[in-house]
Amino acid sequence: MTALLVLSAGAGVTVQDQGRPGHIGLGLSCGGAADRLALAEGAALLRQSPDLAALEMAGFGGSFTATGPLRIALTGAPMRATLDGAPLAWNASHALPSGARLEIGGAQSGVYGYLSVGGGFATETFLGARATHLAVGIGRGLAAGDRLPIGADTGDVVGLGLAVADRFNGGRVRVIASLQTALFPEAEIARFQATPFHRDARANRQGVRLLPDGDGFGLASGQSILSEIITPGDIQIPGDGAPFVLLPEAQTTGGYPRIGTVLPADLPLVAQCPAGGALRFAFVTLEEAMALHRTYQTATAQLSRHCAPLLRDPRDMPDLLSYQLISGMITGTEDA
Amino acid sequence: MQSLDPSPQIHALGLTGLLVRFSDHLTDAANRAAIAFRAAVEAEAWPGVEETSSSLAATYLRFDPLRLSHQDLTAKLRALLAQADWYAAPAPSGRRLWRIPTVYGGAHGPQLAEAAGLAGQSEAEAVATLSRARMRVLTLGFAPGQPYLGELPEQWNIPRQNSVTPQVPAGALVVAVRQFVLFANPSPTGWRHIGQTAFRCFRAECADPFTLRAGDEVEFCAVTPAEFANLQADSRSNGGASVEPLA
Repeated sequence: MTALLVLSAGAGVTVQDQGRPGHIGLGLSCGGAADRLALAEGAALLRQSPDLAALEMAGFGGSFTATGPLRIALTGAPMRATLDGAPLAWNASHALPSGARLEIGGAQSGVYGYLSVGGGFATETFLGARATHLAVGIGRGLAAGDRLPIGADTGDVVGLGLAVADRFNGGRVRVIASLQTALFPEAEIARFQATPFHRDARANRQGVRLLPDGDGFGLASGQSILSEIITPGDIQIPGDGAPFVLLPEAQTTGGYPRIGTVLPADLPLVAQCPAGGALRFAFVTLEEAMALHRTYQTATAQLSRHCAPLLRDPRDMPDLLSYQLISGMITGTEDA
Repeated sequence: MQSLDPSPQIHALGLTGLLVRFSDHLTDAANRAAIAFRAAVEAEAWPGVEETSSSLAATYLRFDPLRLSHQDLTAKLRALLAQADWYAAPAPSGRRLWRIPTVYGGAHGPQLAEAAGLAGQSEAEAVATLSRARMRVLTLGFAPGQPYLGELPEQWNIPRQNSVTPQVPAGALVVAVRQFVLFANPSPTGWRHIGQTAFRCFRAECADPFTLRAGDEVEFCAVTPAEFANLQADSRSNGGASVEPLA
């Protein structure tokens, strides 16, 4: 079986897939890729199922080599990537020859980069999934010397690129009302939507902390709320008034009041917001949320239609920044 | 006296979830209702419903709103709610009685004296009360397999601490508001640490890694520190816990 060998890895490189849903009643959150859209983009570029496992790289990638020829795709937070020293386009698929050295550096914007492989990673499953769940100790971060088996690849297309809207520098986040929204006075809900937030340094796969410009949003009655199920995207307001947006590895229940829930379509933007990045919130109605959700789900399912051949083999391009590969997209790999 | 339970309320929880709340505070009847109603929803197997769970006093459903609309699912839930008096539901079948050896007080339960004082008992009286109480798993949550257990006698309706204990070990037994939590992992807590077990709520190496289920009953039997040390050293048993089916 072909394997990917880890020569070195950043501190937050893990195997991720769609997580293991179905255990919330037993206290185990779903987990899985922090940016589900990036996983879908990698799958579309390789023309394979988005259920296959990929590597998630928080902030920094690593050095890798394969024991046989592989197809790879690079998606999510743009990172500097090279193949035997030659730059590789991001949001694109490539051939990785046997023994070649793939180097993936730090994120240029965003947080989570993804390395998908043709056939997917075939590491051991636990409760039906391969996703590492760092918060509860299922699996672990990868390290030098790890050998990751890869499943049979039924495809052969490489050299595709995908135009991707920037979700790696913060922005506007749509939310809907949730369980405790009504506990917040109307004036506070209005101020919440008018307030710019900056992502705190405290952020991981469980959630990201946001610092408001101005006063916090704490509720005096916050301590008496019955602990209740958490869903990814919930915005908890702890005692200090600085919101926490919860991500796939959040605990399954929480007793802090929730001011709202981020729409699934906008959750990748929150997960990918770099430290210091600016976010603003806007409430939408259930009807508006459903329209946005339908559009997002349809677009995600049709990503492969928008994958088009890169105009030139990126390995032949000495200065990628001078090329606009696809209308509206510049792939972010500078010359060293 | 507890107030009468209100009628169940249906709330949205995110775009892909609905919550059927049987009470806004914990009661035995609301907890039994939440567990029984969850089982009833599971049995219905409505297309579009992807996951269910029960918490202290609510049933949660995660669903695909593109397959099953909020309106249609809400209507189905209202119809199912009307079919029975869920607050009168019996405890679920297939329940088990666990006896989990626990060392109370001392270095293993440094806040026993403080908690006993709040409950108006001496340390010895507290150990007698707590070790003989037949507790029921109300829900599993926060961490994998981690139980919330209730309910202790009314005098144990003691508040949470004002500050948070930075860390208690895995297996720690903590108390507040007539409930125990048995920690699955080392964790910070606002509850008072009164005892220690060597019981593991989540065992990733097992085919079924979740040890307890909502509805199971548990007695936290008192053992001496010396007996506890022996149990800790015995890797073949789960902290010396015994289990038997409940009729």
